[in-house]
Amino acid sequence: MGAFVGKPIKRREDARFLKGAGKYTDDLKLHGMTQLAFVRSPFAHAKILSVDTSKALQAKGVVAVYTAADGCGEFGVPCGWQVDFKNGETMREPVHPLLAKDKIRHVGEAVAAVVAETLEEARDAAELVEVDYDPLPAVTDPEKAMSKDAPLVHDQWEDNAAFDWCIGNDRAEVEAALAGAHHVTEMEFRNQRLAPNAIEPRSYISDYDVNADKWTLYTSTQNPHLIRLLLCAFVLGIPEHKVRVVSHDVGGGFGSKIYHYTEEALVTWISREIGRPVKWTADRSEAFLTDAHGRDHMVRAKMGFDKEGKILGILSDEYCAMGAYLSTFAPAVPTYLHGTLFQGVYTTPLIHLNVTAPFTHTVPVDAYRGAGRPEATYLLERIISKGAQEMGIDAAEIRFKNFIPPFDGVNQEGYQTQVALQYDSGNYEATLKRGLEMLGYEDFRKEQEKARNNGNGKLLGVGISTYIEGCGIAPSAVVGALGARAGLYEVGQVRVQPTGKVSVYTGAHSHGQGHETVFAQFVADALGIPMDDVEIEHGDTEQVAFGMGTYGSRSLAVGGSAIIKSIEKILEKGAKIAAHKLEASEADLEYADGKWTVKGTDKSISFGDVSLTAYVPHDYPEGLEPGLDFSSFYDPTNFTYPFGTHIAVVEVDKETGKVDLKRFVACDDVGNVMNPMIVDGQIHGGIAQGVGQALLEEVIYDDQGQMISGSYMDYALPRADDLPMIETDRTVTPCPHNPLGVKGAGEAGAIGSTPAVVNAVVDALSHLGVTDIQMPLTPQRVWKAMQN
Amino acid sequence: MIPSKFDYIKASSVDQAIELLDQHGWEAKILAGGHSLIPAMKLRLNNPSILIDISGIGELNSITEQGDEIHIGANCTHKAIANSDLVQKHLGLLADAANTIGDIQIRNRGTLGGSLAHADPSADYPAVVLACDATIEVQGKNGVRSVAATDFFQGTFTTALEGDEIITSIRFPKVSQGNYQKFYQSASRFAVVGVAVVKDGNDVRVGVTGVSDAPYRATAVEEAYTGNADAAEHAVDGVEVMSDHFADSDYRAHLARVFVRRALEA
Ligand SMILES: Cc1cc2nc3c(=O)[nH]c(=O)nc-3n(C[C@H](O)[C@H](O)[C@H](O)COP(=O)(O)OP(=O)(O)OC[C@H]3O[C@@H](n4cnc5c(N)ncnc54)[C@H](O)[C@@H]3O)c2cc1C
Repeated sequence: MGAFVGKPIKRREDARFLKGAGKYTDDLKLHGMTQLAFVRSPFAHAKILSVDTSKALQAKGVVAVYTAADGCGEFGVPCGWQVDFKNGETMREPVHPLLAKDKIRHVGEAVAAVVAETLEEARDAAELVEVDYDPLPAVTDPEKAMSKDAPLVHDQWEDNAAFDWCIGNDRAEVEAALAGAHHVTEMEFRNQRLAPNAIEPRSYISDYDVNADKWTLYTSTQNPHLIRLLLCAFVLGIPEHKVRVVSHDVGGGFGSKIYHYTEEALVTWISREIGRPVKWTADRSEAFLTDAHGRDHMVRAKMGFDKEGKILGILSDEYCAMGAYLSTFAPAVPTYLHGTLFQGVYTTPLIHLNVTAPFTHTVPVDAYRGAGRPEATYLLERIISKGAQEMGIDAAEIRFKNFIPPFDGVNQEGYQTQVALQYDSGNYEATLKRGLEMLGYEDFRKEQEKARNNGNGKLLGVGISTYIEGCGIAPSAVVGALGARAGLYEVGQVRVQPTGKVSVYTGAHSHGQGHETVFAQFVADALGIPMDDVEIEHGDTEQVAFGMGTYGSRSLAVGGSAIIKSIEKILEKGAKIAAHKLEASEADLEYADGKWTVKGTDKSISFGDVSLTAYVPHDYPEGLEPGLDFSSFYDPTNFTYPFGTHIAVVEVDKETGKVDLKRFVACDDVGNVMNPMIVDGQIHGGIAQGVGQALLEEVIYDDQGQMISGSYMDYALPRADDLPMIETDRTVTPCPHNPLGVKGAGEAGAIGSTPAVVNAVVDALSHLGVTDIQMPLTPQRVWKAMQN
Repeated sequence: MIPSKFDYIKASSVDQAIELLDQHGWEAKILAGGHSLIPAMKLRLNNPSILIDISGIGELNSITEQGDEIHIGANCTHKAIANSDLVQKHLGLLADAANTIGDIQIRNRGTLGGSLAHADPSADYPAVVLACDATIEVQGKNGVRSVAATDFFQGTFTTALEGDEIITSIRFPKVSQGNYQKFYQSASRFAVVGVAVVKDGNDVRVGVTGVSDAPYRATAVEEAYTGNADAAEHAVDGVEVMSDHFADSDYRAHLARVFVRRALEA
């Protein structure tokens, strides 16, 4: 361990964030900038009979008004992942138009764009656009969308399926195992739809320079290069080298800012039309209606056990909503990011998942913190606990019985799952042991019994979740074979300046995670120089060579590895220069503490002197290029697999059904830890989001497709007082296949926590015969469960 | 989240505010703390073309003791009410209710008069105002009048106020024994159910908010009460109970009974 890695170093970026000096897209005011406001559909499904913009065009301050009948009508945003039907039929991929043309397919879909000098004028004029709609019946529930009489989202196909898919063992084999099982546990539930709720709403500014025929797009995205590629090559057909995409500070994304959105392409198109910069920033209502949502799976599953509680097999049939159009990663979420996690941390010999992914009259669904893995984990961790409850086995014991034994991926091989993936390294029982110890499991059970008998109206429950997730995405060839239309490597450039100061350019993107700190920590250690000598740059396609951005907890595992590769090249070349200056052979040099030393002597040369020599190559090795600047692409050989144990303790008010989360214990294994404070922060935030799903959050559409939870009056986010102090600890099982040994910590909290909380509530009510409650576990649902 | 265009006038006296209201008719709106009105304007659910700001009118800002009563000016903020010694001493349940409203920013700006005039069916104060049997003092172009709490609330966002009238103060009889119990809606943190109870010997007055389209006195509970909390069973007798995704009418009725019981027992 070096001087910085492994230390809880405070985040560099917080100085500007805490002072309100962050540079978010909406903070930018460009010369001559115009403002855009949308006219959005109040209906979920409707024919557009006419759009009259004449009054709006005459309103004060209006620069232009566009509808699909104008030039932008021919463009649509693409989907980045193709999952074909089981029978070989190609995935159904509708055009996702920048502005709706003839038909509306979800509430909030944009029909017209009004550009004005000020936002106030744009908003006022938007109200003057007259749209004549013919409303049609809508379907928002993924299962109902597949019923025979469901209204069609896209008329060109005979039903609403975008694709269907399956993974694992032969279905008949799994069914046979379940038929012969000693006990079969069944579950039917909706993994409810969630809104991402980044604190910064989406914001885009396009600035077209007429003279240079070039664009600068400022955008609140998690992956600027990917946006540029999609925008240029797949939407507007403009040359990629003519577009610079900048995403400075971004206030959270949780997945929702991965995707290329229609508004982003539209501002780019409009700025050339009007020859002026144009800005659009979503307001909170628009965010609810138009940010890609998460989850929304209807699940029917069975798990079979033998007498001892060993799992014999699992079978799940799921309807997973896609929404009205296919968002960038949408098809991957309920398939390759979901089904591939059905092994969990257990030796389950037979697994089958069958997915139908229908279009619905809702905003698209895509990856949201965890993306497919929380859904898999929720099912596995609920159904194993339910099985234990039904069979009268302790929830911890049944897990110990089924764990995959420890393997480090070096001396023991990786674990080959039934669902394609090979786990890298794991020691699952260790986190559960530690978690139980942190909680004081035995004592808790006694306390619980007492609470049940003392009649003060409060019931105690404990819930365990032993999760695994797959991140560090992803080996390009593997995801390519699975339908990805992009590679998922990462790029890291290390530019040593003549003075020995180091600029690092990463294709990963920080939208709150703390890359500027963590990356500087390991770079400084790898080079043996002060952290202050290292600057991390990201979020600008003109600075950073290329990159795939940040999602899937990939930044350190993939992006960090690319940087390490470049550092290796720097040190290799630096050694040549050092050897020349020290008149020694390279083989006799060692590099430590920021200098090359001739082994066994006190002859040395510092990193700074070597850097200067590289740029002032007067006395220099023959044939060696000047400069000290390397860029590397790193394509991982496997995913990484963090895991851990989350345990929740809840108290339920018998009279009201209100759940009070009393304790939350988390023992996670994210591989090597670069900065424990930041890992804790990621885990805490993830847990808060997971608790939100368990207890509070739900996007609700009514039968007409109206969103009735489209504001913070109706959509409940977790607040500080909904959470206890979170107790964290870690085990460390390094990732064997990347140079830093890291696995990723961004999503683990959100993946592990949700079933722990639900298991705890069900446990509190188990003596009343309650075995399941639909999320979110609102007081009403918990109370009703107690009445039955 | 941008309201339509509006004009703004800062009124310096009640008379001036009423004159302006009269002059501009339905196009005008009184602005107090702005914490109900401005969100509605930003969503363009309410588009007044002129705002008459009464927040600077000092005469609406006092909390005074007048014999057996405490008089609270319409402009008093939730925070001023929660922190007032007089309120804490004689109207503890009002201070408690004020403290459950929103967060610090809301309590620093929102006012008692604004909350009552707005008449959100889930607002907290109405339950207390009803249980205290308070009187709402209003003033309009035809002079002043006093409206009993039971006559004031007429339905969701509707009250006995005439278009040209404003609330000037609320007269609360002092309370020796009372309390406010609230079950929070998890998103908005308004009341799913809010119950205020004032006890006066063997008499009890029960005000309920959040349950129906208007806050009400649970007279069936009051009549059945003989010192025993079982009277809570009558919490929703004769009441049409609201339903939404947080609480359907069954659950809400149940909560009403639970919270009336808790308030009677407290
Ligand atoms: C985030 C948030 C959370 C909240 N939580 C709660 C809660 O938990 N419980 C709760 O009860 N409330 C809650 N509120 C509402 C809050 O209490 C408001 O402050 C209050 O409802 C309105 O008071 P105001 O002074 O802000 O009125 P304004 O918004 O200024 O006005 C409201 C209405 O009353 C009229 N008006 C104002 N004063 C007078 C007057 N003197 N005479 C006649 N008409 C008048 C206005 O014309 C307008 O129609 C919350 C508000 C927000 C924004």
